Amino acid sequence: MAEAVLGHPAAAPGLSVPFIGPDAARRGIGYEGIAVAYKGTIVLADFTLAVRPGEIMALIGPSGSGKTTALRVTAGFVRPLRGRVHIGGRDVTDLPPYARSIGMVVQNYALFPHMPAYENVAFGLRARGAQEATIREQVAACLRMVGMESFAKRYPRELSGGQQQRVAIARALAIRPEVLLLDEPLSALDAQIRLTMLEELSRLHRSLPTLTVIYVTHDQTEALTLADRIGIMRDGRLVALGDCQGLYRRPPNRFAAEFLGRANLLPVTVEAEDAASGLARVRFGAASLMVRRNPEATAGQAALLCIRPHDLRLEPPGPSANSLAASVSEVRWKGDLHDIGFEIGGHRLRLTAAPLRTPPEAGALVNCYFAPEDATLIPEERRG
Amino acid sequence: MLVWSRAGRAGAWAVLALLVGVIYALPAIIIILASVTGQWNGVLPSHFTLRHYANALHGSSAAMLRASIVTGLLASALALVNGSWAALALRNTRPLPRRVLDIVFFIPSAVPSVSVGLGLLVAFSRPPVLLNGTLAIVFVAHFVLVSAYSYGNVSAGLARITPEYEQIAESLGARPWYRLRHVTLPLLMPYLIAAFSLSFALSMGELGATVMVYPPGWVTLPVGIFGITDRGAVFDGSALTVLLAVTALAVLIALSRIPIKAAQR
Repeated sequence: MAEAVLGHPAAAPGLSVPFIGPDAARRGIGYEGIAVAYKGTIVLADFTLAVRPGEIMALIGPSGSGKTTALRVTAGFVRPLRGRVHIGGRDVTDLPPYARSIGMVVQNYALFPHMPAYENVAFGLRARGAQEATIREQVAACLRMVGMESFAKRYPRELSGGQQQRVAIARALAIRPEVLLLDEPLSALDAQIRLTMLEELSRLHRSLPTLTVIYVTHDQTEALTLADRIGIMRDGRLVALGDCQGLYRRPPNRFAAEFLGRANLLPVTVEAEDAASGLARVRFGAASLMVRRNPEATAGQAALLCIRPHDLRLEPPGPSANSLAASVSEVRWKGDLHDIGFEIGGHRLRLTAAPLRTPPEAGALVNCYFAPEDATLIPEERRG
Repeated sequence: MLVWSRAGRAGAWAVLALLVGVIYALPAIIIILASVTGQWNGVLPSHFTLRHYANALHGSSAAMLRASIVTGLLASALALVNGSWAALALRNTRPLPRRVLDIVFFIPSAVPSVSVGLGLLVAFSRPPVLLNGTLAIVFVAHFVLVSAYSYGNVSAGLARITPEYEQIAESLGARPWYRLRHVTLPLLMPYLIAAFSLSFALSMGELGATVMVYPPGWVTLPVGIFGITDRGAVFDGSALTVLLAVTALAVLIALSRIPIKAAQR
C-alpha cells in the first residue's frame, strides 16, 4: 500500500504520519484524529495511524504514553472524545465491542476460570451462535495451532503461564477475527518462555498472513522481533512511526532514539552535506566526522549524532571510519558481550561488543571508531 | 506468630479459649442442655428428657419452622436478585449517585429492626397499599432487613472481579445478557452464595421487625420461641432454638457444598 505523507498538526514536528486513504480505511485498521480524556486529562491526543491489513504494528512507549488506550479504543472499551476508528473498511467508532470482530489477549490472559481450556476457546463461537459441529472443529484447530490440544479439559488454574497464554491466543483466534489485539501479552512470563512465545507468535502470524495485529508492549525487543512497523508513543501522542529497521537505524527524534534500543547521542554542528554520497560532515568539538546525511539537518544547523553502542568499535571498521579519542570509564562483562563506558569531551558513550580477549582497563585512553553509514543525524528541533 | 515464648503462647491460647468458651460455647451448651432437661434446680440438670423435642416437632411448632424457612428463602432470594441487580447497575454509575444509593441500601442494616417493623406497619396500614395483616408485610420486612447484606456481598464480589473478563467476553462477541449469564454471574457465584447464606441466616433469626408485623397464622420460629419462653416454657423454647439453629445450619452447609468452579481460581 502506498503511503502518502501527511504533516498532521498533532504529530510531533516532522513526523510522517501515513495518510488514511480510502484503501487503508477499507482494509486494516484506521485511526483518524482520535482523542481520549480521563477526568479531563488527555491520554490520547489526535492519534492518527493506518495499520495495513496483515501487518503487525507494535505500539511501544513508557507507562502512561497512551498505547493501551489506543488498543482499548480499537476494542471499543473506551469511547473517544473525537475521531473515528475503521476496521476492515467499517467505521466502528459507534459499535459496541461485541460487534467489532476483534480478538484480544491481555497481560493476565483473563481466561475464564470457571471454564476448561476447550470452553474458553469455544466461548466466542458459542456467543455468536455457531453450530456445535463448527465449534468442535474450530476449537480443535485453534488448540492444535497453539499446541494445546492435549490440555483441552484443563482449567486455567491447572495450566502454566505460557500454556494459559497459548489458550488465550487460541480463544482470540477461534472467532476468526479481522484484528488481533495483544496488550503486553508476554510481560507476565519469565524471560525464557517469553522468547519461545515470541517465536510462536511469529510462526502463528506466518500461518495467518491476513490477520492484522496490534501489539502493545513496553519491551522494545519484543517489538523489534515481531513487528513489521513500530509506532512509538509518548504523552498520548505518536512521536515516531516506521519500519523496525528504519526506525532503529534512523530514529526521527531523540525520544525514539533512546526508547528504541540504546543510543549514544553527541551534539554536533553540520558543516557540509554531500547528496551524492549520502554523507554529511559534522563537527564535534575539534573532531570532524562523516555521518549519514539527514536532509532535515542542513549545513550550519545543530543536530544530534546518533550511534548505537554495537556500532562503536575499538578497531577501525574500514579506511573511512571516524575516530574519537575517549577515556574508558567502566568495563562490564555480561557473558555474551562486553559493555564498555567511555567519556568523550564530557559526554558519556557506551560500546557493546562480543567478549573481548583483552578488554581495555578503566581509565585507559583509547580510540573508538564508527563507520559513517552507522551514524545518523537527528535535527536539533526534533529533540523529543 | 506474634508471641514467641511458650508461656506467652499458652497464655494467649488460654485467653482465646476463655473468650470462645464464654461468648460462643457456653450459651450454646446451656441451650442444648436446657432442650433435653426435665428438671434443672442445681448447677446441672437433674433429669433429662426428649419431651421438648417431641413437642417441637408436633402442632404449631412445625408450622412455625415452615414459616421461618419459607420466609427466609423467599426474602433472601428476592434480596439476592434485587441486591445483585442494584450492584451490577450501580457499578458503572458515577461516584456521587452510587454513594447515595449505597447509603439507601445500607440504611436498613443500621436501623434497629423494630424501627423497620414499625415503619412498615405505619406505612402499609392504610390504603392505597394495605399490607398490614398479610403475609406480604412479613416478606417485605425480611427483604428490607437482609437486602443490605446481599447488596454489600455482591458489590464486594464485583469489585474483586477484574473487568478484563467481561471485556474479553465482549470482544469475543458476547452481548450483555450472554456475558452476564456466562461470565459475570458464574464469577460472582461464591459471593452470591455467601450473600444468600447470610441473608437466610439473618432472616431465620429475625425477631424485632417480625414481631411487629406478623399476621395470625404466620408465626415464625423466633416469634414462637419468644412467646413460649415469655410464658415460662424455657425448656420447650430451648428445644425450638436448637431446632432453628440446626435447620439454619443444615441449609447453610447445603449451600456451601454447591460446587463453584470460579471459586477454585
